[in-house]
Order: sequence, then structure tokens, then C-alpha cells
Amino acid sequence: MRISVNFDLCKSNAVCMDAAPTVFEVRDDGYLYVLQEEPGEELRAEVEAAAATCPTQAITVEG
Amino acid sequence: MDSIAVVGASLAGLRAVETLRRLGFAGRLTLIGAEAHLPYDRPPLSKELLSGEWDRDRVVLRRAPYDELDLELLLGFRATALDVATRTVTLHDGRTVAADGIVLATGAAPRTLPGLPTLDGIVTLRTLDDCMVLRGAMERGARICVIGAGFIGAEVAATARSRGLDVTVLEALDAPMVRGVGTRIGASFAALHRANGVDLRTGVRVEAVEGDGRVERVRLAGGDVVACDVLLVAVGAAPSTGWLEGSGLTLDDGVVCDETLLAAPGVVAAGDIARWPNPTFGGESMRIEHWTNAAEQGMHAATRLLAEDGAAPAFATVPFVWSDQFGVKIQSAGRFSAADRMEVVHGSIDEHRFVAIFERHGRVSGVLGCSEPRRVMQYRRLIGAGTPFAEALTAVE
Repeated sequence: MRISVNFDLCKSNAVCMDAAPTVFEVRDDGYLYVLQEEPGEELRAEVEAAAATCPTQAITVEG
Repeated sequence: MDSIAVVGASLAGLRAVETLRRLGFAGRLTLIGAEAHLPYDRPPLSKELLSGEWDRDRVVLRRAPYDELDLELLLGFRATALDVATRTVTLHDGRTVAADGIVLATGAAPRTLPGLPTLDGIVTLRTLDDCMVLRGAMERGARICVIGAGFIGAEVAATARSRGLDVTVLEALDAPMVRGVGTRIGASFAALHRANGVDLRTGVRVEAVEGDGRVERVRLAGGDVVACDVLLVAVGAAPSTGWLEGSGLTLDDGVVCDETLLAAPGVVAAGDIARWPNPTFGGESMRIEHWTNAAEQGMHAATRLLAEDGAAPAFATVPFVWSDQFGVKIQSAGRFSAADRMEVVHGSIDEHRFVAIFERHGRVSGVLGCSEPRRVMQYRRLIGAGTPFAEALTAVE
């Protein structure tokens, strides 16, 4: 599973950070950081939820 | 389960069909939508699409190909009835769709005001078509009057100002977005809107809307008159459950579901129309009209439909909503009202950069922040965990 974020779309709503806190983090600079670009399968449900609830559809999960 | 029909082709319905396929459902899957458009995203309708920053093809909700979902797509078909016993949906042209499982996701529709005359130029904003009508008026330089300073009214006012248009907002309560943010914080948004040129009038009562064929003015109690070319009525929405009258489902400001979102055997609901007891808040009956809830419930409803009875998880969530106005990102999560104790834990309300948290029953029950997404989300988790308020006060750096 590989995560990519389209930073042209991302508006740092941080919903992903709630869904998958070990994978996504919005910091005080207002930007989203992807903490693991290839997380383990045990995080699939969290990552899929993050992608499906991203208000700007900026997250893509491949594989 | 060999066939599923999803009624409602917006966010909740789309996330439901995507989740069903992801979970391996290989049967016949029908997605029914009243509008002729493929599922699209509504938040930009009061912001980027309305402002002209975006073209309409940018508001699609799914960028991946629809072929992958292998749907029977019925767009432009309004559901008019449901027979719960046979799980049969009747559409406006008389055709029927029967399925083993049904997802109800018909959303909500704008409320209007009693006694409004029938005049051109009186509009509501819910659909893509609504947006393009209002956008067209803005492109022609229309003077906009908005009744209602909730999220939609406030966002449209901000967008109108970004286009340099005259906009007047009429609100019966003492501040904008009071239902969402309370009076103290609402007052700071009133100041933000006025500083940006919005003619915001709070505590006013509309007495009459007048015009000759077309809206021309709004007359207020006390005698003030607001001249306008377009009148946007933005006074909230009501769940679209009219078609379910007589279906056998329990309707009470929404479709009444159990804690798993099941409304009847083989029938689940998701999004604006679903009313369910939320375990995160002690089983409080809720109906949430927010984007994130529609996405989360669409996924959950799909999971529920495929689960064995008794093995289905409850839908537990901390409601979350956001709004963007004049460059300020407003976000809130949880439950709170003006009656609850509020503490500002970061920043300053009047600088429009802060985090405030709310207490109910000794726990942190809600958070509201401006341009503080990280902290709002950390508080959203603390709310979900039932964190004591005293602990929450210092829990987020």
C-alpha cells in the first residue's frame, strides 16, 4: 500500500490525522506531513477511511 | 445478499457503493440519484465554484473510473416510495428496483420561509444547478441579499465580497452561525464579516419580500428596506424523507435507525437523513448534516449491510464540520451550545486564531477552532475518548 497526497488539493483540514494518526500529521506550520508513505497492511482500514473522508480528496491509496 | 440498491447519489451514497465493492460485494449494485449529474461535491458550491475560481468539472466526487464499480447508474430518477417488506424502490417514472439490501441516502433539501412570494431571483443553494444560477447572477454584478447567517449564508457572503459585490445578510439571531459556534464566537465572526464589507444585520425580522415579477427589495420590521437583485434563502435544510412516508420505517426528523444505522431488516441509512443513537455521546439521538458524517456513515452503512446481525459494529463518531471564510478556517467537532462552559485553550478569539473547548457532564464535549487544524483534531480524539474536561484543558500543546 502506497500513499500519495496531492498537495495542490490539500487544505490541511486534518481529518486524515484523526482517521490515521500514525500516518498523517498536520503541524503548526499548517502543512500536512505523511509520516509513513508505505504503511503496513494493519493500517489499511484507517488509511482507506482517511482517503474517503478527506474533504478535498487529496489522498490516493495505491496497491 | 445478491443485490443492493443505494438511493441517493451524493457523498453518502457514493462512499457506500465504493465501500461495498472494496469489501468484495460482487452482486448487482444500483445507484439511484435524483439529479442528472454524477456524484459531485457540495462544499465548493458556496466557495470555490461560486467564486469562479473553479470550473464545474472540478467538483466531481470520484476521480477514479466508474467502470471499476460496475454500477447500474440511474441518474435523474427520483425515488417516490419504498416497500420495506419487499425492499422495492419505486421511481418517479413508475419503474421499480427490488434488491436484497437498501441504502437510504437521499440527503436533505433547503428549508424555505413561509409566506415568501413567487418571484424570479429568489433562490436557495443546495445543488450544482442552484450554484450555477447564483454564480451567473454574481457574474452579472447582482446585488445579493441573504436571509440567514448560518454556514451557507456566511460563506456565500464571503464569496460575494471576494467578487467585489454588494451583499447584505439578514439574521434573526444576535450573531452569525450562532447554532454552530455560539454567541461569543459568533460576535467575532460578525466583526470579521463587517470588516470585509458585508452589510451584516443581526437581530432583524423580515416583514416582506417585494418585487414586480422579480425580487427587488426586502422590507424589515422597523421600516428598513434592503434593495437586491437576488435573494438567497439560507435558513437550513430538512431531511428528504417525504418519499418514505407510509413505507413502514419510523420517521422522526430523519429515518430512525439503531446504533448500527439499520432502519429495518436489510435497510440502512446514511448521511443527512439518518437519525441514530451515537454511543460516543451516551446514545444521544443525532442527525448530522455535515460532509464528514456523510462520508463516514456511507462507509459504515455498507459495512453494516454486509455484516451478520449481532456482529455489526455501532456507528460511533465525534461530529466534525469546517467552513472557510475570508481566509479563516473554522473547524468544530463534538457537541456544544452557548449554555456549556467554554474555555479558550489556545490563541485569541478576536484574532480569529484560537481553540476553544466545551464541557458537558465533566467531560470535554466539543471543540471549536479557527485556523488551528492540528489542535482541533487532537481535541476531536480526546472528545471521542471521553476525556475529563480538567485533563483536556492542558492536554494539547
